[in-house]
Amino acid sequence: MLWVECPNCGSRPFEEYRYGNVFPVTPDTITDADARNVDYAWMQDNIAGVTLERWFHESGCRRWFTAKRDTTSDEFLPLDD
Amino acid sequence: MNEFVETLLDLPWQVGDPKPAYDVVIIGAGGHGLATAYYLATRHGITNVCVLDSNFIGSGNSGRNTTIIRSNYGIPESVAFYQHSLEMYQRLEDETGCWIMHSQKGQIWLAHSVSTARTEQTRALMNQAMGAKTDYIGPKEIKDLCPQIDLSGGGRYPVHGASYHHEGATARHDRVVWAYAQGALRAGVHVHQHTPVTGLLMDGDRVTGVQTSKGNISAGTVISAVGGNVTTVANWAGVRLPIRTHALQAFVTNAHAQEFAPIVSSNDLVFYVSQTPRGQMLIGAEYDRFASYRQATSFAYLQACSKKSITMFPFLSKLRIMRSWTGICDVSTDFSPIMGDTGVPGFMISTGWGTWGFKAIPAGGEQLAQLVATGSAPLIEPFGLDRFAKEAAMADPSSAGTR
Repeated sequence: MLWVECPNCGSRPFEEYRYGNVFPVTPDTITDADARNVDYAWMQDNIAGVTLERWFHESGCRRWFTAKRDTTSDEFLPLDD
Repeated sequence: MNEFVETLLDLPWQVGDPKPAYDVVIIGAGGHGLATAYYLATRHGITNVCVLDSNFIGSGNSGRNTTIIRSNYGIPESVAFYQHSLEMYQRLEDETGCWIMHSQKGQIWLAHSVSTARTEQTRALMNQAMGAKTDYIGPKEIKDLCPQIDLSGGGRYPVHGASYHHEGATARHDRVVWAYAQGALRAGVHVHQHTPVTGLLMDGDRVTGVQTSKGNISAGTVISAVGGNVTTVANWAGVRLPIRTHALQAFVTNAHAQEFAPIVSSNDLVFYVSQTPRGQMLIGAEYDRFASYRQATSFAYLQACSKKSITMFPFLSKLRIMRSWTGICDVSTDFSPIMGDTGVPGFMISTGWGTWGFKAIPAGGEQLAQLVATGSAPLIEPFGLDRFAKEAAMADPSSAGTR
């Protein structure tokens, strides 16, 4: 079973958490305002590797936190920087 | 060696490296890639086609699905498209000469509350208007079609009614992939397995070919029919996609000696059950909520899904889970597929198949081939990547996996 470190509750089972998606980043190469809106609303970076995401400790402290995760292994990494 | 494997031995397999140039190069030898190649060759006479796969034929999501064929979707364009695909499946054995184990079972979509009953009634009416055979039925008819069901839903999920999709069916997934692979190979298409594509060849804004582990291949048109890893391919061409990769899990039990005739889905509980030709009970549910490229099955999923299915079908509690599998799905943000031009000349795409790609293999391949050959395919026009910028997203709430 996968255990995830919550900043408030410590290490808890993965199933207690809810995914809140990555921080949407619209590339600087898209300059048109409408195109930036479309990108923000629909497009996804969908990174295979380490991503910075929001997670919600639904069955715990019910607070949001930022986490670093490798999407190829589902491993949570320490937020060092 | 079995009979099926013997039929594959005399196929015109290509040995050695791919040619340096083809008219069309398709990345991904799964159902959609091979079907596109098959229809390009057989319907449009375009046989100078190469299909590349990093692994073996049908090794991706084509081999990791729950083999359900249905057209009871929630928006008119989708119903029309999937109904066409469903009808093509019904004729596929005659067309390809391959036995795909197609079996019409009917699909029951249960409603456990007044609001989902309304959803199912809407679905039935919408389907009828678009030519798909779906009716709203009551608990007594459900019990007649599926005697194993507990209509009280364990006391918590009573069955109010259901939409019944008469033409819901299943087919053996790898037989479908191989039917198209055989047909394509016999028509002169080259299929190179274990040939990963490592990049795209670009000439300015235009895609002119692919880089592979066996050298560069130039192509008039490059089509990406890649599953969960599609974002990597699109990034090479600078195309932004509304795709997020999620894992979808499913499992089978040991063989159940009695017949379980239909496919049963539940809208509120979000799971579906059917029986394989070997008698095993096949159970699936929604994809994992978080994005992931990891093809792993989780105990939590098996537990939750077993609990839900036993609520409606108490006999399942006596069976054991034999096998589970996980595919990584290219889920689009509006839950509809994306087919056709990408805005980059020479680069086309077939993606966004999420948890609904298997049923769409014949029509997806046929329409994409038609688009490549003739420049027009009205049935898939609403499913272009440009729909997001046109504010014409195709939000479809009607897949069991997406709610």
